[in-house]
Amino acid sequence: MVEAYVAPVVITAIWAFIGIICPFFARGPNRGVTQCCIMLTAVTCWLFWLCCYLTQMNPLIGPKLSMNEIMIMAREWGNEIKDTMDVVA
Amino acid sequence: MGDMFRSEQMALCQMFIQPEAAYTSVSELGETGCVQFRDLNCTVNVFQRKFVTEVRRCDELERKIRYIETEIKKDGIALPDIQDDIPRAPNPREIIDLEAHLEKTETEMIELAQNEVNMKSNYLELTELRKVLENTQGFFSDQEVLNLDSSNRGGGDEAVTQHRGRLGFVAGVINRERVFGFERMLWRISRGNVFLKRSDLDDPLNDPATGHPIYKTVFVAFFQGEQLKNRIKKVCTGFHASLYPCPSSHNEREEMVKNVRTRLEDLKLVLSQTEDHRSRVLATVSKNLPSWSIMVKKMKAIYHTLNLFNMDVTKKCLIGECWVPTKDLHVVQKALSDGSAAVGSTIPSFLNVIDTNEQPPTFNRTNKFTRGFQNLIDAYGIASYRECNPALYTCITFPFLFAVMFGDLGHGLILLLFGAWMVLSENKLSRIKNGGEIWNIFFGGRYIILLMGLFSCYTGIIYNDIFSKSMNLFGSNWVNNYNTSTVLTNPHLQMSPNTSAKGVYPLGLDPIWQLADNKIIFLNSFKMKLSIIIGVLHMIFGVSMSVFNFVHFKRYSSILLEFVPQILFLMLLFGYMCFMMFFKWFKYNGFTSNQPETPGCAPSVLIMFINMMLFKNTAPLNGCKEFMFESQPDVQKLFVVVGLICVPWMLLGKPLYIKMTRSKNVSHVKHNGELTGNMELAEGETPLPTGSTGTESAGGAHGHDDEPMSEIYIHQAIHTIEYVLSTISHTASYLRLWALSLAHAQLSEVLWNMVLSMGLKMPPYTGAIGLFIIFGAWCLFTLAILVMMEGLSAFLHTLRLHWVEFMSKFYEGLGYAFQPFSFKAIIDGEEEE
Repeated sequence: MVEAYVAPVVITAIWAFIGIICPFFARGPNRGVTQCCIMLTAVTCWLFWLCCYLTQMNPLIGPKLSMNEIMIMAREWGNEIKDTMDVVA
Repeated sequence: MGDMFRSEQMALCQMFIQPEAAYTSVSELGETGCVQFRDLNCTVNVFQRKFVTEVRRCDELERKIRYIETEIKKDGIALPDIQDDIPRAPNPREIIDLEAHLEKTETEMIELAQNEVNMKSNYLELTELRKVLENTQGFFSDQEVLNLDSSNRGGGDEAVTQHRGRLGFVAGVINRERVFGFERMLWRISRGNVFLKRSDLDDPLNDPATGHPIYKTVFVAFFQGEQLKNRIKKVCTGFHASLYPCPSSHNEREEMVKNVRTRLEDLKLVLSQTEDHRSRVLATVSKNLPSWSIMVKKMKAIYHTLNLFNMDVTKKCLIGECWVPTKDLHVVQKALSDGSAAVGSTIPSFLNVIDTNEQPPTFNRTNKFTRGFQNLIDAYGIASYRECNPALYTCITFPFLFAVMFGDLGHGLILLLFGAWMVLSENKLSRIKNGGEIWNIFFGGRYIILLMGLFSCYTGIIYNDIFSKSMNLFGSNWVNNYNTSTVLTNPHLQMSPNTSAKGVYPLGLDPIWQLADNKIIFLNSFKMKLSIIIGVLHMIFGVSMSVFNFVHFKRYSSILLEFVPQILFLMLLFGYMCFMMFFKWFKYNGFTSNQPETPGCAPSVLIMFINMMLFKNTAPLNGCKEFMFESQPDVQKLFVVVGLICVPWMLLGKPLYIKMTRSKNVSHVKHNGELTGNMELAEGETPLPTGSTGTESAGGAHGHDDEPMSEIYIHQAIHTIEYVLSTISHTASYLRLWALSLAHAQLSEVLWNMVLSMGLKMPPYTGAIGLFIIFGAWCLFTLAILVMMEGLSAFLHTLRLHWVEFMSKFYEGLGYAFQPFSFKAIIDGEEEE
């Protein structure tokens, strides 16, 4: 499994590339408009993703599931229901 | 920066054109579409201007063209569409040709129409006569013997008939509606001594003037006596009945019928030949008519424009004043020289840029992509001259905010496909002339819809919502830790973050939340915080835009007196609230052993904010701390105090500064020994009035110069109160991003659970048909309610967020639009009508 920090770093790097490097490649009569649009897109989309990521990073509540759903999770997502409980301090 | 950062620089120019070259020069200028002419003859009546006769000529030509067009439409001939090869304005020789052509065609059409009417009425009479002759066959059979006698005595000699006591008659045709009135009238005037026999005609006859089919009735009125005959004839005239001479003898009637028949045939032939001739004439004309129409429109526009020019005193040249974007000056020069060259004039026309204090029109050069967004901003108000143009940022922030409210991958795809279809086939679709107002709106906003679709797909991926279902691309990070017995004995179980969360879903919301019963509680917290963060950032961006305006209009004092307190107030209070949100996201987690940092102890950001503002303290729960970090109470106190200081700073800073600089200026001028009344000053400038500084300050400056101090204090008080209150109300207003997003997700879920899942749960084979129908219903509701209605709603709310929450922080919007003299605009505008 990959480390936990890989995903956010990769996504941030992608948006940073789009927002900082790509504007230099803009050409044509509408150069200024294109640069502005690319930068704004990168900032807004990255911010949106970031808020979603940070919300789930340290969740304060967990999902409340019905018995049916837990059993389907066990079957479909490989999340076997064990006989002993994992007690985590 | 790019072209759209602020509106273009405009120059006021004077144009000197030779009268010979005037027509061609203005024609060239109209083709370029770069200049806006000012009316130099405001005081002159429209009918007394120089080129009135030419305009009248054009009106005549237009009238003739309209007449020919109506005739062509009547015949149903299609006019060809010229899109690419738009002709230029005609030169004098072409004008004469055009006039001759149109004159000839018009007279020919009028003649043909007249002839046709005459022939048709002839035709009608003959047809009616024939009907009369045929239908009265039956009436006379019994009267045969008697009438034969009367005709032998000189064919209907009334006196003889009367002496003999025989019946006379009149025959004719009348409209079916009038028959009963006619009969009653005859009865009355004759005191019952008239005998009317009538028979209805089955097929209607065409009225020659209007072409409408009318039902008629043939009648024969039998009477006795001369006086009665006259009276009957008068009644017939009154009821518009046509009388026909009907011979009483059978043989004469037969002959007449044959005669009439032959004449009818001949007339039919002539009529059809006339029709053919007319169609041929119209067909030949219709090929050239659209291009002639455009040429005449251009001619008329040129003469209207020439009427705005002033004739120089020495009658040597025409002088015109116009606004030209500075970047287009060379285009205008070239157009003028082309115009002179076309006429072969040796004396060139020239352009002279003049200085002015007036506010120039606002011109934003747009391409097909940015035009839609510029229209959205202009609908609120045209930007003042050379102030920052919000449309540049609206290109992205508008679709983004829309997408935050609309976030669903499925619906986003529908929007994206619709927008992409319109954009990819825009050449073909732009030729549709009469699609209707709604189609024009959608087509004009095709790039907006395309971008809205794209961003909605992205937010749909992040919200993990496609038609109310989630995608599990990376594997859920919530695992179940309860053992078999716990699971089987409890109908519902809540997972705890410290035992069940095993990482963060990398792109978007974890798919397990779609299954959870407490999904909304979690999403509310996420979406509310997201909305406030986006809102505060958007507003900070808006306030920062005012700096660019202050720098450009050289009102540097306003940066310190207006911008700094505004941004401090916003950032120290609401920016701090966003900081608290981020801090809370990092600090409280389920894996820590430190009691105050467990999720149970996480304080509400809103309560903390309110306590900060009111300098209150709430007691924390057992084992928890009240504040998130050590120095929080001191930092908060400092921020609130500085924020409170900003209010009188905003309230009094600018008026006091104006007061100081005014007294300095007045004393300075008195020192110079002269008093100038109306000095055009903006603050911070030297007291010497010059035209050039006036140009800059006129656009966008408030011109506080003559206002008494009390007005300035009141204005500033209003601005301050408005700003302070708006920081709170607009921040809360951004919560509509949360509200609409929630509503959209819930509607989508309801539609799935109540409609489509019913179809999916049906038994096989028969259920297939049921599913087919239910899927159709689901599609209809999705498109009508979720895409159309929710889309329009989110569009409107986004527009409001831009106009009010974003633009009120820096936008003035007191300009007027640049309306250049452009043939393209005139022809497109006329086509829309």
